[in-house]
Amino acid sequence: MSIALKNVAKTYPDGTKALQPTDLEFRAGEIVSLLGPSGCGKTTLLRLIAGLERPDAGSSIHFDTDDVTRLPVEHRRVGMVFQSYALFPNMSVLANISYGLKMQKLPAAEIRARADEVIKMCQLEPYANRSIDALSGGQRQRVALARAFAPRPRILLLDEPLSALDAALRDKLRDELAALLRRFKITAIFVTHDQDEALAIADRVAVMRNGRVMQIGTPEDLYHNPRVPFVAEFVGHAVELCGTVEDGKLNTPGGRLALPRTDADYQVYVRADDVKLSQDGSLRGTVESVTFLGTHYRVGVSGVVQGLLYANHTGTTPPKPGDTVRMEIAPEALLLLPRERHAA
Amino acid sequence: MRLTFAKTLQLAVTLLACAFLFIPTMQSVLAGLTANYFRGISSGLTLKWVAQVWDLYADSIFLSIWLAIACLACTLVIGIPAAYGLARNPGRVSRILEEFISLPLAVPGLALALALLQLYGSMKGFRTSWTFILVGHVLYTLPFMVRSVLAVLSAMDLKTLEDAAASLGASPWRRFADIVVPNAMPGILAGALTVVTLSIGEFNLTWMLHTPYLKTLPVGLADSYASMRLEIASAYTLIFFVIIIPMLVAMQWASQRAQRIK
Repeated sequence: MSIALKNVAKTYPDGTKALQPTDLEFRAGEIVSLLGPSGCGKTTLLRLIAGLERPDAGSSIHFDTDDVTRLPVEHRRVGMVFQSYALFPNMSVLANISYGLKMQKLPAAEIRARADEVIKMCQLEPYANRSIDALSGGQRQRVALARAFAPRPRILLLDEPLSALDAALRDKLRDELAALLRRFKITAIFVTHDQDEALAIADRVAVMRNGRVMQIGTPEDLYHNPRVPFVAEFVGHAVELCGTVEDGKLNTPGGRLALPRTDADYQVYVRADDVKLSQDGSLRGTVESVTFLGTHYRVGVSGVVQGLLYANHTGTTPPKPGDTVRMEIAPEALLLLPRERHAA
Repeated sequence: MRLTFAKTLQLAVTLLACAFLFIPTMQSVLAGLTANYFRGISSGLTLKWVAQVWDLYADSIFLSIWLAIACLACTLVIGIPAAYGLARNPGRVSRILEEFISLPLAVPGLALALALLQLYGSMKGFRTSWTFILVGHVLYTLPFMVRSVLAVLSAMDLKTLEDAAASLGASPWRRFADIVVPNAMPGILAGALTVVTLSIGEFNLTWMLHTPYLKTLPVGLADSYASMRLEIASAYTLIFFVIIIPMLVAMQWASQRAQRIK
């Protein structure tokens, strides 16, 4: 089921513009993540698609050719996984999963068969008759997903499905969730503030800020070709290199850096992965912090940008805090982005 | 097992408190079974007084039970949706409304009854019917039901649970029946227990509202204390116990069971 949003906006009664007028298309069967910091409008957008919020006048939402703009949530046939999972505490696991099927007034035998099928898919067989209180966080998440998916919804919506779990479990369940969503073969939209989660699960990611979609694209596309500084900062934690441009080079407080082109006014960003420590690098700074991260050291260097410029160093002997180091950045690794208007 | 001083003291206080409540109760019950109270137990035990009370006041007993059931039904029908409305729309207006329906607790029952008489006293059919007393009981017990259900509903994320049910295709009515009521059950049962107990024991208000043909259990009790021999009044107390204690135990048991199942 494809989804088309045209001119969809949401203003709350107190005047807050949670979502600016937005046009978006989701293709049938793709998994899209809405990524952004809290308060960026991603959850509002998800709730508008679900039908849990009413959009402003002039908005239109279509599922394929079906206009659902005015359809209340109970008639939209969407599956939703809530951040807190919102499992019904008065029902067993099986009853939770069967609830949507019961609402469709299917015969009892078919409800049972379809619930069993989903329970098997989500590997919940041993827990079917348990009460919700007797489940772990990861099991609850799977029950929430199974409950949303059992009635065969047209689309699946997930609101921060992993944020209620502790960090160790989150990484494991992230891959599990991605695999399950692919097996479901359903159009899925999920909201997250965690870029790793978005990049790992989604086919496409929409980065949002202040009620606007800043950029939408594949994870690779967003990472390698951010179109605005915010996307570069939010996806992959790029930092800005400030300085004056002179003869095709950037003069930073730490030294001169070759630029790939100098045709227009832009901001220069770089990621820690692309900053290399090297004896004959053109930038110089003082090591402030060294953190061992298993596969590499994260070295924080002062004197080049405001604050610390981080370099990921893969050698076995890291520099020590206080050392003066030289660094180089390949010109093609620099991200040149149009200067951000500070109106928004 | 050795008893420490503190333990001994605790036990002594507990036993004393029990005796303080239990001895007068037993004395009263015995008085109802004694042939002649002034001559004491030696005059022999009899069920004569109990039978007399039954002859004189059986109607009061049935009226009280009937009133308690009707009162419970009314507070359930009004109280659960009211608590639901307050829980779904938290805010200042809800706070004020909640305080407002709790007013009958602070206002003396006599004042409440007087107001009812002033307002409806001239409506003869209503004034002399049992529903007049029922109105008083509902006014008085409703806040207990509302508060008890509201406390349970406020403690859970009702809005998200309802959103979840709606996303699965449940209509507003189904959400209320499948999600709200079952999850509010501990509060509903606790409220029901309070309402029934209060309705059966209510005297203040009922005494003002009753007519000679409509006496509830406590009003009849007052009547027998004032106009009958002490043995009959005591036998009345005995009957009151025999009726109310099994009811309370049964309701307590039911509510504990229901909470365990949840």
